[in-house]
Amino acid sequence: MNRIVNNPDFVVEDMLKGFLKANKELVAPTENSRVVKYVNAPVEGKVGVVTGGGSGHKPAFIGYIGRNMCDAVAVGEIFSSPTAAAFLDAIKAADAGKGVAVLYGNYAGDNMNVKMAMRKAKAAGIEVKTVVANDDCASAGKDELEKRRGVAGEVLMWKVGGAKAAMGASLDEVIAAAQKAINNTRSIGIGTAPCTIPAVGHPNFSIEDGKMEVGIGHHGEPGVEVRDIVPASEMAKIMLDRILPDLPFESGDEVAIVLSGLGATPVMEQYIVYDTVEEILAQKGIKVHKAYVGNYFTSLEMMGVTLTVMKLDEELKACIDMQADSVALKQL
Amino acid sequence: MTFTNKAGVKLVTGLVATIQQNKDFLSEVDGKIGDGDHGINMNKGFTLCGERLAEGEHDMSSAFMVLSETLMDDIGGSMGPLYSVFFEGLSTQSEGKAEIDAETFLAMLEEGLAGIQDIGSAKVGDKTLLDTLCPAVEAMRTAVEQGKDFAAALDEMDAAAKAGWQSTENMVAKIGRASRLGERSRGVLDAGATSCWLILDSMAKTAKELLG
Repeated sequence: MNRIVNNPDFVVEDMLKGFLKANKELVAPTENSRVVKYVNAPVEGKVGVVTGGGSGHKPAFIGYIGRNMCDAVAVGEIFSSPTAAAFLDAIKAADAGKGVAVLYGNYAGDNMNVKMAMRKAKAAGIEVKTVVANDDCASAGKDELEKRRGVAGEVLMWKVGGAKAAMGASLDEVIAAAQKAINNTRSIGIGTAPCTIPAVGHPNFSIEDGKMEVGIGHHGEPGVEVRDIVPASEMAKIMLDRILPDLPFESGDEVAIVLSGLGATPVMEQYIVYDTVEEILAQKGIKVHKAYVGNYFTSLEMMGVTLTVMKLDEELKACIDMQADSVALKQL
Repeated sequence: MTFTNKAGVKLVTGLVATIQQNKDFLSEVDGKIGDGDHGINMNKGFTLCGERLAEGEHDMSSAFMVLSETLMDDIGGSMGPLYSVFFEGLSTQSEGKAEIDAETFLAMLEEGLAGIQDIGSAKVGDKTLLDTLCPAVEAMRTAVEQGKDFAAALDEMDAAAKAGWQSTENMVAKIGRASRLGERSRGVLDAGATSCWLILDSMAKTAKELLG
């Protein structure tokens, strides 16, 4: 394992130090070493937008802190929820008196820690509401939406929630827009090689050479099917075959796309997949309004891609089109 | 049969040592159907607690509170809050009591269990730490109700914890990350149930030593 670390037990601490030094114009440390905030947070007159999650998904979650994006982020260990204390301190760092929207992914640990943080925030007089992302359509059936995991669709949820808050919306309006964003979003991943938590030292699942796992989770959770690896164009079709009927997306729809690498897949290959994604959508009469292709939400050095499609309406489109300035997403 | 709250601090220092010794074992169990970091995170939290305990004088109740606060403030995941409320219960139910008897120890475990059930949504049979904890508390309660002495009650609690832990091997996970595996989670022990057994077993053995 030729990893580039100092001490595998302190990769999160060491990464945060470098991230804060490199991005001083956008992010700032807080009293809690596991909470990073936007330099201008709390932004006066604006609903605060907070997220958080385990580390190892760079540029998520801290890469989405910035102007018209998230105000503060709680940082966990690799693949492990941040503490309740971190979520609470992130809420406090983002609160400008208009309430705080916590927009995070559906995982047992995050649910519990956010719940504990909300109790304490309420006691401190801060109004907090949540949206729990569940865009991974491979993680549970349509009849069990509450069991689905949140994956790369969270990027679009933060973009929409952050933009809505920046437009001066109330907490309820920000929550409604972010909830609509995730309700209109479906994602799926394909993994082609596993990842290793540095402190563990070996991969905790395997994908045989020449195979790929369809529906793999962001922490290596098993997918829905292991099959022989196929050309990029076929992968695009396999992913869309699961995503499109699930919402469903239909002819005449306009969509936003996130096509993200899982960490070790070259951006070149991501564009190769994207080429077919847009081609298939065009054949089906679905128009891509905005596409984000690159490493937007990764899983350490896992190989593979995730595809996220969000159906747009006028409100979502206005939020997606708004300017944004964060480390991972800059839109001018 | 009793031991003093003051001497009982050994229950907590014993837990720190137990988790440290089983770090790799816990990660290995977790790696089969989880992400393999349970041992790392537990070791980080319990070791940090051990360092904090070394900085001052503690009895059992205050040491359990230090452990609870450390897990809540420094260890996230699911296990941070779950074990935090568990040890909080152990602390609050023993606080102010100079001598710990079987009834007090039972009340501690019951309060810890109630805390976990308040923040989590798992039930017995879901392949979680509750499959270790619930039968253990139940066995302790039965033994106390039957008038068995403290040491015998601890033995029965410990045995029930072990049986409960091992019962998770044949269960299908219903909650948490492993639940996404469905049938593929069968045949593997649950990591949280494993650490819960290590914790209860360590506490039972230390308490018995203190009883003499």
